[in-house]
Amino acid sequence: MNLILLVLAGIFVNNYVLSQFLGICPFLGVSKKVETATGMGVAVIFVITIACAAAYMVYNFILVPLNITYLYNIAFILVIAALVQFVEMFLKKSSPSLYQALGVFLPLITTNCAVLGVAVVNMQKGYNFIEAILNGIGGAAGFALAIILFAGIRERIEFNDTPKAFDGFPLALVTAGIMSIAFLGFQGLIKI
Amino acid sequence: MGNPVKIIKNGIIDENPTFSQVIGMCPTLAVTSSAINGIGMGLSTAAVLICSNLFISLLRKVIPDKVRIPCFIVVIATFVTIIQFLLQAYLPSLNASLGLYIPLIVVNCLILARAEAFASKNSPIDSIFDGIGMGLGFTVALGFLGLVREFIGAGTLFNVTVLPDAFPKTLLFVMAPGAFFTLGCLMALLNYFKNKKKA
Repeated sequence: MNLILLVLAGIFVNNYVLSQFLGICPFLGVSKKVETATGMGVAVIFVITIACAAAYMVYNFILVPLNITYLYNIAFILVIAALVQFVEMFLKKSSPSLYQALGVFLPLITTNCAVLGVAVVNMQKGYNFIEAILNGIGGAAGFALAIILFAGIRERIEFNDTPKAFDGFPLALVTAGIMSIAFLGFQGLIKI
Repeated sequence: MGNPVKIIKNGIIDENPTFSQVIGMCPTLAVTSSAINGIGMGLSTAAVLICSNLFISLLRKVIPDKVRIPCFIVVIATFVTIIQFLLQAYLPSLNASLGLYIPLIVVNCLILARAEAFASKNSPIDSIFDGIGMGLGFTVALGFLGLVREFIGAGTLFNVTVLPDAFPKTLLFVMAPGAFFTLGCLMALLNYFKNKKKA
């Protein structure tokens, strides 16, 4: 039961984009079309889930036994960078259609701070292996939900008559702010 | 060799990382709930940026082109770890309030962007000045955002109460949505003045 709550909390209550500000760059950058936003969302779910497992293993089986946990930051970012590269090569060979669909978004994920953020949160909260992976899936699904909804809204307001000074980023930021208020409604729903 | 004053001014005004390049958004939005947090984050990032720019520039002829990004990230992550230790030792309260966002300086796109666009192509001295300029530009933006949000949301400036208690405070502005609104409105304001200047 707690495990289900952990996933739901990741999606709605502690949404990584709208309440913790992780992964804002891709959130603002690739959210002009629902199609590309969906691609990014799927790619992020895929990478975060594997990254959580990999970071957990590196932390508990390499850093802790060697007593060098203070190097976690360097270790995690290397794991993520290597992982993204590996996933890219693997997909290219095994599933060209999925690789085509994800396209340019895969390499961009290395610098998505949500990936490193989730890995660090898992470590700080001392989650076990299952909890770490579920927290990753929930957080990533929350990111996907936010970016797809956001892209849908942006597609609609693109042709609206808005003040000239608000063109581009300011309008996107205000839109994100309103979405963030909507997600505040979930606060207190689940306490973890 | 470029003119140091020009490089610094470029970072603070012409190519301000937050307002004109729109990079490094995550910490910009996340930690600016008060002016002190914003400036603390800005200065920590600036310190990492100056050190990483210097070292990447020194190593730019040694690092093979194909693996440059992982190399840059390792250099950056090393300095972030050092800064994290320094904050833990000397400014524990700031470290606690910035929390998760200190290790996340590693993935701040500002630092990687400067490494790629400037430090890997210019001399070490120029790179230091670029780091100072961009770092200060980032600090100014974060400090200002923090100041606005703290004033509207809590009625204080640098933790000193300036608005009387009876004055209504908009708590929303120190919460997550306020970050988006404040930055959006500030950018719109800057656009407005830019458009006016052109016309």
